[in-house]
Amino acid sequence: MSVDIEQLAEQEYKYGFVTDIEQDIAPKGLNEDVIRMISEKKNDPQWLLDWRLKAYNHWLTMDVPKWPNITYPEIDFNDISYYAAPKIKEKPKSLDDIDPELKETYDKLGIPLEEQKVLAGVAVDIVFDSVSLITTFKEKLAEIGIIFCSISEAVQEHPDLVRKYMGYVVPTHDNFYAALNSAVFTDGSFVYIPKGVRCPMELSTYFRINAENTGQFERTLIIAEQGSYVSYLEGCTAPKRDENQLHAAVVELIAYDDATIKYSTIQNWYPGDKDGKGGIYNFVTKRGRCIGKRSRISWTQVETGSAITWKYPSCILEGDNSIGEFYSVALTNNHQQADTGTKMIHIGKNTTSTIITKGISAGFGQNTYRGLVQIGKNAENARNYSQCDSMLIGDKCGAHTFPYIEVNNSTAQMEHEASTSKIGEDQIFYCQQRGLSAEDAVSLIVNGFCKDVFKELPFEFAVEAERLLSVSLEGSVG
Amino acid sequence: MLEIKDLHVKIEDKEILKGVTLTINPGEVHSIMGPNGSGKSTLSQVLAGRESYKVTSGSITFKGKNLLELAPEQRACEGIFMAFQYPVEIPGVANTYLLREALNSRRKYQGLEPLKHVEFIKTVKEKMKNLKIDESMLNRSVNEGFSGGEKKRNEIFQMQVLEPELCILDETDSGLDIDALQVVADGINSMRNSKRSFIIITHYQRLLNYVVPDYVHVLIDGKIEKSGNKELALELEEKGYAGIGEQLQTAS
Ligand SMILES: Nc1ncnc2c1ncn2[C@@H]1O[C@H](COP(=O)(O)OP(=O)(O)OP(=O)(O)O)[C@@H](O)[C@H]1O
Ligand SMILES: [Mg+2]
Repeated sequence: MSVDIEQLAEQEYKYGFVTDIEQDIAPKGLNEDVIRMISEKKNDPQWLLDWRLKAYNHWLTMDVPKWPNITYPEIDFNDISYYAAPKIKEKPKSLDDIDPELKETYDKLGIPLEEQKVLAGVAVDIVFDSVSLITTFKEKLAEIGIIFCSISEAVQEHPDLVRKYMGYVVPTHDNFYAALNSAVFTDGSFVYIPKGVRCPMELSTYFRINAENTGQFERTLIIAEQGSYVSYLEGCTAPKRDENQLHAAVVELIAYDDATIKYSTIQNWYPGDKDGKGGIYNFVTKRGRCIGKRSRISWTQVETGSAITWKYPSCILEGDNSIGEFYSVALTNNHQQADTGTKMIHIGKNTTSTIITKGISAGFGQNTYRGLVQIGKNAENARNYSQCDSMLIGDKCGAHTFPYIEVNNSTAQMEHEASTSKIGEDQIFYCQQRGLSAEDAVSLIVNGFCKDVFKELPFEFAVEAERLLSVSLEGSVG
Repeated sequence: MLEIKDLHVKIEDKEILKGVTLTINPGEVHSIMGPNGSGKSTLSQVLAGRESYKVTSGSITFKGKNLLELAPEQRACEGIFMAFQYPVEIPGVANTYLLREALNSRRKYQGLEPLKHVEFIKTVKEKMKNLKIDESMLNRSVNEGFSGGEKKRNEIFQMQVLEPELCILDETDSGLDIDALQVVADGINSMRNSKRSFIIITHYQRLLNYVVPDYVHVLIDGKIEKSGNKELALELEEKGYAGIGEQLQTAS
């Protein structure tokens, strides 16, 4: 039995390797010159440089948010490098031009870059540290008017769209980390789905942090025109390192009349070791505007990585009859901390929101659900259903819930359910009696607990999520 | 196959089993009866390897192996199955899923390949038909929302699929209606053979009319006070456990 656990412990975080590649890294520290340097590397137009500088100057006046239920040493923002890119002469035009070392990296991560090998029906944008390496199926998608490319490329190729929509949902001054991101963001994905088009494949971005002492600041922008549909997925990993690394992303979604955006995340940044050393600090602002009537934005997240997670994917339900959804699994094991949840802002009439969250805490993990449901005064007949369940494994971890509700219209219908349970010793024993190891029993029971969320994920990713959860739970039973 | 010698078991400093000795040979059916709280479930849990029950002295060997050294899942893979007195619910985990994991875990232990999905489903459906279990139950979560009788039937169903060598049934008959009792009894009888042994814990003679035991033991206050053949069960039904107490008193 002990042999099994040893083997399991070894495969703990299997994405922890480092790619040995020559990098172009900015010196540590942040000031206007660094921003100009990034802007120049990215070949930004003047307006974008101005936008960055404005964000930076605003950021200087802001304080780190103190309200989240997380503790960590103060981050020295001048001890971080804000740009890292593998040294390549020009952006590869085809896969043959990609450095073999990088190709191997993605093979190891299980993301083969060759289109024919990629999961059927999934187009991928690959972001390595600060740059996008390649986007697959781009041409095929372009035939039906879909734009799927890196945000850097979008800045060059579709400047009007980018200029119109960047900051449309998350303004530069929105919060401390969003302001920082606006000043220094380096890459990310851009998606534009034209009117009436149903995107025929899953779109996905795979983020990889590789360089040491650098932060990753990506920006993703998805615009779904009237009557369009897109399902988008992001995944992320990072090497094992003893220092903490910062990741501060901004994601903006815009849905017009009758458009649907499904946004799924499998977040598997390096969580730190079992004593809490190292790991990614994940401070993310994700928000969508359901501008159009009957538009729908659905966030599904599976958060198993990072030392610290701070994120609240939210929906602003402006259009009448629009729908916002948030399905979340957050797992904290060892010394991980998560403060995550959502905001559902009901503005239009007959708007509906659903929140289903499953928090799992093991080891010394601390897991906080924080959510706001706000019903505006004109939001006639708004409805919200919230269900927040927590599961504790062991007795040194914690689960916390902070559901805030603001109702300014008496026609609103609100339903809130919450539960906290300890994983049952009798459930584990029952499975063991049927022949499963205690580890397998725990992962089976936890996966069952998360089923309502997993069923929202595209099938392949649900399988991946289940596997990931099992790996992340290793060592959680004695 | 199973040899229990002078077994003493404590739970939280309270001695529950006070010297149980019992030998079960391949193919035998042993029934254990006894008043509430006498330690019947404790004995089955100890055989299955529940940690909270501390074995303070005595020994258990199963197929020549020291059972007490094996983890619960190893015991299961060695062929011990317990139908729980109170089967637990596992929300969100489909019945089929648990069953397949269980079966494949045992096959892996035996060095066999996992069963092909088609074959698995075929076996499962066949057993379900015999036990008159609705197929919709396969996709329902383990025991969640099952009636008392459905839970018990589900235990027997799992037993049929897993084909263990030693089946421990802890009050599987309690909570079953008359028809279900017959179905479950047929299910048990269909599995009887010269290699497979059963421990049937029950309060009622009724089940034993259908599943005729080779031996009946009476467990009182942590000790087997009397053993006999199937007639003993009838006697108990008539006189109750008090009778046994009297006999003991007269004897001493
Ligand atoms: N977890 C526990 N903690 C404390 N006492 C326990 C525990 N489990 C069992 N006991 C005690 O051990 C004794 C034997 O219990 P056990 O369940 O083995 O009885 P039983 O013979 O199966 O009874 P029944 O016929 O009611 O099922 C009882 O007095 C019971 O209260
Ligand atoms: Mg009992």
